[in-house]
Amino acid sequence: MQKSDVDIRSLQIGFGGLKVLENLNLHIAKSEFLVLLGPSGCGKSTLLNAIAGLIDVKGGEIHIGGRDVTGAEPKDRGIAMVFQSYALYPRMSVRRNMSFGLTVAGTPRDEIERRVGEAAQMLRLTGLLDRRPSELSGGQRQRVAIGRALVRHAGVYLFDEPLSNLDAQLRAELRVEIKRLHARLGATMIYVTHDQIEALTLADRIAVMQGGVIQQLDTPKKIYREPVNRFVASFVGSPAMNFIPGRITRDSGVEFIAGKSRLSLNGYAFCGQPADAPAVLGIRPEHIELTASDDPSSVSARVEMVEPMGADTLIWCRLADGTAFSFRHDADAHVRVGDTLTVRFPADALSLFDETSGQRL
Amino acid sequence: MRLSLNSRLSAFSALLPALLVMLVVYVGATSWTVWMSLTNSRMLPNNNFVGLRQYEMLLGNDRWITSVHNIVIYGVLLVSLALVVGFLLAVAIDQRVRAEDTIRSIYLYPYSMSFIVTGLVWQWLLNPTLGIQHVLRSWGFEGATFDWIVRPETAIYCLVIAGVWQASGLVMAIMLAGLRGVDEEIWKAARVDGLPKWRVYVSIIVPMMGASFATAAVLLSTGVVRLYDLSVSMTNGGPGIASEVPAKFVMDHLFERANIGLATAAATTMLITVIAVVAPYLYWRARKGGMR
Ligand SMILES: Nc1ncnc2c1ncn2[C@@H]1O[C@H](COP(=O)(O)OP(=O)(O)OP(=O)(O)O)[C@@H](O)[C@H]1O
Ligand SMILES: [Mg+2]
Repeated sequence: MQKSDVDIRSLQIGFGGLKVLENLNLHIAKSEFLVLLGPSGCGKSTLLNAIAGLIDVKGGEIHIGGRDVTGAEPKDRGIAMVFQSYALYPRMSVRRNMSFGLTVAGTPRDEIERRVGEAAQMLRLTGLLDRRPSELSGGQRQRVAIGRALVRHAGVYLFDEPLSNLDAQLRAELRVEIKRLHARLGATMIYVTHDQIEALTLADRIAVMQGGVIQQLDTPKKIYREPVNRFVASFVGSPAMNFIPGRITRDSGVEFIAGKSRLSLNGYAFCGQPADAPAVLGIRPEHIELTASDDPSSVSARVEMVEPMGADTLIWCRLADGTAFSFRHDADAHVRVGDTLTVRFPADALSLFDETSGQRL
Repeated sequence: MRLSLNSRLSAFSALLPALLVMLVVYVGATSWTVWMSLTNSRMLPNNNFVGLRQYEMLLGNDRWITSVHNIVIYGVLLVSLALVVGFLLAVAIDQRVRAEDTIRSIYLYPYSMSFIVTGLVWQWLLNPTLGIQHVLRSWGFEGATFDWIVRPETAIYCLVIAGVWQASGLVMAIMLAGLRGVDEEIWKAARVDGLPKWRVYVSIIVPMMGASFATAAVLLSTGVVRLYDLSVSMTNGGPGIASEVPAKFVMDHLFERANIGLATAAATTMLITVIAVVAPYLYWRARKGGMR
C-alpha cells in the first residue's frame, strides 16, 4: 500500500455566489493523521469533498502523492472515503458492499477475495459477510463502511464525521479502532469532526476551522495549551475555558487587573512585547489551583454551584467584582455553595488575548 | 386503549354511511351480478336458474376470447413499458436539469386527460391518411408506413402506445420521489468507488426502489382491468373485433345486445381473475408485514 501526502494550494470553493473556502493552503504529510475540527457550516465537509474530487473547485490546486489531481475523478485520486450516514448499498450483502467497486474496476477475483477477507478480519466482520446492512447495528454498519474504504488500498483515507451517528459508548470504541487502524496501516488519514474529544485523541495535528479559514494548525497539545485566538480557545476543551476581561499594566512588573484583583503575569510567555491595554485572560478549569489565603498572587471567590462529574467536580465561583469562572477539583473536595475559596491562576497556564482582535498576546 | 361506550357509539355512527354504501353498493351489486350470471336473463333480469350455461357460452364466444387475449397483451406491455419509460423519464429529470418544474408538469400533463381525449388524439396521430404516416410522406419519405391502427393484428398495440403515453407521467412522478429519497452520500460513495452512473442505477438504485415500482405497478394494473374508454374512442374495438377488451364486452352485451346473462358472466369472470391475482399478493404482504 502506497502512502501519499496531500498538498492543497490556494484552494477556492464557492456555491453560486457564496464563497465557502478562500485561498486555503494545507499540507498533510505521509502517514499523518490530520483532523479538521470546527463548528457546523465552517466548510469542513466542503474541504474534504474537494480533496475527494466530489465537488468542483473554483481555483487553486490539489496534489496527492506528488500528482496534480485537481481535475481528476475521485476513483483516480488514490483515495477512499467513509461517510457519516455510512452510505452502504442497502440491497447488497456486506461482502458485496466491500467488493463491488473492485469488481466493476476489473480486479482479479482472488485478489478481491484476499482484500475483503483481510479487511473483514481487521474490522471483526468475518461472521457478518453475508448479511444485509439492514441486519447490522450502527457500529457494525460503520465498520463495513470503513471496510469498503480499506479494500481500495488507497494512499489517503478520508472520514467525514464517521462516528456522529453512533451513541457515546460505540463512538469511544470505534475511535480506538480507527486509531489502531492508523497505527497498523500507517496510511494518511484526514478526519472531519466537530467533536473535540475525537480530535484531541486521534490527531497528529488538528486544523481548527471557522468560516472557511483555518484558524490554527498544530498538535493537539499545542492547540489545547496555546490557542492562537479566542475562537480556538473557546471551541476546544470541555468544560470550556474561562474568560476574564480586564487589562494588562506594567506599573510594577507585568500584571493583569480585573476589578480589584491583581494577578502577576511573571512567567507568562508573551508572543510580543506586553503593552498597557485592555485584554481578556483565559484559563482552563483544571489549571486553577486552591491555595492558602496568605498567598500574595491569590484571589478569593465565592462558590455559587457545585457540579459533581464523577472523577472530579466542577466548581462555579464568582470573584468580588462579579466575574464568574469555573474550576475543576477532586471529587472528594468538601466544598459547599456559599463557601469562600482562595484560588491561584498559575501564570504559565494562562492565555491572554487582545480584547478587540481576539489574538493571543 | 379502551374507549367509552359513548365515543364508540359516535365512531360507529360516523362510519355507518360508509358501511351502508359498502354493503349495499359493493357487496349487494356484486352478489346480484353473480346471481344474474347464473340465470338466462336477456334484456330484462329474470331468476331462471340455468347453472353455468352462460359461462359455457362465454368460453365459446370468439369476441370474448379475443378480448381476453387483448387484455393480456395490453396489460403485460402497458405495465412493463410504462414502468420502463416512466423510470427513464424520472432518471432524465433527476440529472438536475434546468426548468425541472416545467418539464415535470409537461410529462404529468397527459395523465390529467381523460382516456376519451387521449384516445381521440392518438386516433388522429395514428390514422394513416391524417397522422404520422401522412406527415412523413408529405416530408418526402414516400415509403413511410405506419398503419398499425387499421390492421387487425396490430390494432391492440396502438392502444398500448396511447396507454403508455398517458400513464408514463404518473409513473415518472412516483419514481422521481423514490429517486429523490436516495441518500446523496450513496452517490458520493459510488463515485469514490468508481462506478459508472448507469451501473449505480442498475445495481444500487433500482433494487432500492422496490416500493416505488410496486406502487406504480399496482396503480397501472387497476387501470388495465378497467380499460374501456380508450378502446371505444380509439378503435371502437376494431378493425372488426381486433381490439375488443373485456370491459367493453360487458358493456356492449349489457346495453346494446341485451344479454344480461352473458354480460354478468363475463363480469364475474373478470372479478374472479382479479381476486385470483390480488389475493395471494395481499396474503404475502400481510405475512411479510407480520414478520417485521
Ligand atoms: N451544495 C451546496 N450548495 C450551497 N451551499 C452549500 C452546499 N454545500 C454546503 N454549502 C454551504 O457551505 C458551507 C460549508 O458547508 P459544509 O458542509 O462544508 O459544512 P461543515 O463544516 O461540514 O458542517 P457540518 O459540521 O454541519 O457538516 C455552509 O455554509 C453551507 O451552507
Ligand atoms: Mg459536514
